[in-house]
Amino acid sequence: MGNHTAINEKFEWIREFWRYKELLYFFVWRDVKVKYKQTVLGALWAVIQPFFQMIVFTIFFGKLAKMPSDGIPYPIFSYAALVPWTYFTGALSSAGNCLVGNSNLLTKVYFPRVAIPVASVLAGLIDFFIASVLLGGVMMYFQVPFTWTLIFWPILVLPLMLLALGLGMLLASLNVKYRDIKYTIPFGIQLLLFLTPIIYPISIVPEKYRILISLNPLAGIIEAFRSIVIHNKPIDFLSLGISFSVILVVLIMGLSVFQKTEKSFADLV
Amino acid sequence: MYNSVVADNISKIYSISKFQRETQFREAIVNFAKRKFFNNKDNKEEIWALKNVSFSLENGETIGIIGNNGAGKSTILKILSKITYPTTGQIKIKGRVASLLEVGTGFHEELTGRENVYLNGSILGMKRKEVKAKLDAIVNFAEVEKFLDTPIKRYSSGMRMRLGFSVAAHLDTDILFIDEVLSVGDAAFQKKCLGTMGEMRSGGKTVIFVSHNMPTVENLCPRVLWVDKGEIKKDGSAIEVIEAYLSQYESPTEQAFKYDLKNVFDRHGTGTIQYTGLEFLDMNGNLKTLIRSGDSIKMRLYYEANDLILNPKFFFEIYTDKGAKIATFGNAISGHYISKVYPGTGYVDVDIEVLNIMPDRYFMNLWIVGDREKLFFDRVLKSVRIDVEYSNFFKSGRGIHKDLGYVFIASRWNFDGVTTGEGYIDQ
Repeated sequence: MGNHTAINEKFEWIREFWRYKELLYFFVWRDVKVKYKQTVLGALWAVIQPFFQMIVFTIFFGKLAKMPSDGIPYPIFSYAALVPWTYFTGALSSAGNCLVGNSNLLTKVYFPRVAIPVASVLAGLIDFFIASVLLGGVMMYFQVPFTWTLIFWPILVLPLMLLALGLGMLLASLNVKYRDIKYTIPFGIQLLLFLTPIIYPISIVPEKYRILISLNPLAGIIEAFRSIVIHNKPIDFLSLGISFSVILVVLIMGLSVFQKTEKSFADLV
Repeated sequence: MYNSVVADNISKIYSISKFQRETQFREAIVNFAKRKFFNNKDNKEEIWALKNVSFSLENGETIGIIGNNGAGKSTILKILSKITYPTTGQIKIKGRVASLLEVGTGFHEELTGRENVYLNGSILGMKRKEVKAKLDAIVNFAEVEKFLDTPIKRYSSGMRMRLGFSVAAHLDTDILFIDEVLSVGDAAFQKKCLGTMGEMRSGGKTVIFVSHNMPTVENLCPRVLWVDKGEIKKDGSAIEVIEAYLSQYESPTEQAFKYDLKNVFDRHGTGTIQYTGLEFLDMNGNLKTLIRSGDSIKMRLYYEANDLILNPKFFFEIYTDKGAKIATFGNAISGHYISKVYPGTGYVDVDIEVLNIMPDRYFMNLWIVGDREKLFFDRVLKSVRIDVEYSNFFKSGRGIHKDLGYVFIASRWNFDGVTTGEGYIDQ
């Protein structure tokens, strides 16, 4: 009996979310619009961050430190990882801060709360696609051939988005109650940059530690993004599988913590 | 008829931890350790924001909720709007709900008026198509046509208010919750809002309206709930409940309008004759416990004279809280002279037939001067404070509000001179 109503409640939760899909659209629309209002460079900002990071990484890690790059020019090697990485970190920090940032809405109006984190991870996708277009340009510049595997590029962003959503919801719920979460996010992202094969290829990690690094769900995905661009680098399905499983766990955890705490958001925020 | 809103025994408890509210993760860890390892009891203090509140509204009914600040009015609306949840009890709502706890919720400074209408509309639960269809009406009502594509950060606060209210006014819902949104905005706009709300009421919407503004409540809501300290103190007809609410300040002893002026600090003069007290009475001589705009009052000024005083002149002035002088009273001004006051105590009565000052807080200065110029017997400054409360003086529910001026003047309107509209076709 109790179980039955719990399932009903979950079902009702999803249906409610669906009823408000237009609001979701407007939240995304707002975030995108506001981001580029009153900026001179507008959408160029989407590429500036990964592009300049690529240049800096190429100089210091590619040229000076002579970091191996899976047999392709280091700029492409790093840019192919920086585009999804930039999306992920942006989505994560905006999802993590989304509830506190929208506190006026939470305390004044009803709507399915989950619309806010979902909107924040969706809004970053525009930047991701703009930055991806530049990837094509960089590939042409270095005469890297385009292959059919590139069609997986936009598909692979989906698990990345779900990871940002799951983790973001978890952090956002905690952030409502404990404001120091806000400070841990940039710090965590900084650490994660070194725990994820972005500057370096996973191949430089000794064999016995590979599994360990694969537990970071970003590792498998970022490597897979690279495999899409580098045509002689096969996708490592084992680590990709691990990534997907970890993402699923994180997502379920994020959702259930969010659902459990959402009724008190308005009282605490 | 059916009940469209039912609140069934709802209570809301906020627990305030004796350990400061843990807003830092660090504190939470420290407190957890304290509780766990040092057996430090965390005595939680519970605050009942609402206690066993029950009421129901029939479909199409309009009610007002009144009460002091912090009484729980807004909490009721928040619970009904599902923004926050009751600790115990249940709510049942039948119909599409819109709640307007604030005008222009979610407005974004950088977005234009048009964009904000869409955003705000969808936040309040409108479909995009609906907003599109009503955009012209919304903009017309708000009177911001010219600035539709200007970012609202360039709007005046009045324009913003108008736009926000206008979006809400065009919501096509069955049930509407409104929290004190009319307390801001200029008089013309308030009037417009009231008109719209009147229409909503007559249009069959179920409306709950929270306000501090008694005239508005009395005018809009046939039924009123008075919430006090989280509980419903009275539920009934507007006149009855508002009357009860306003007379809550009546408490038999100390709150009566009786002032001891014997030991006033800020006083000047020779003291040959002094004020010793002041009372506000009704015309039957009973001490007032509540003074309302338009009341008839008798002021009794007590004195003590140490000598024979020839031709004394009694004066007093009424000031608003903010220092504007409203009126000066004096027996010499009114032409009521007294040639001699003998040593001893006594009193002087001043009858005010209609105290036509707006509800507000006032101060009084009193003094007595002698025959010759600059002979000050007594002067008492700012020792008397009077709170004048709202009344429905004009029986229209309007006109008695401090925003409308300092005083109100009874007037009769006559339309005999309006020409007949012969030959004009009414549209």
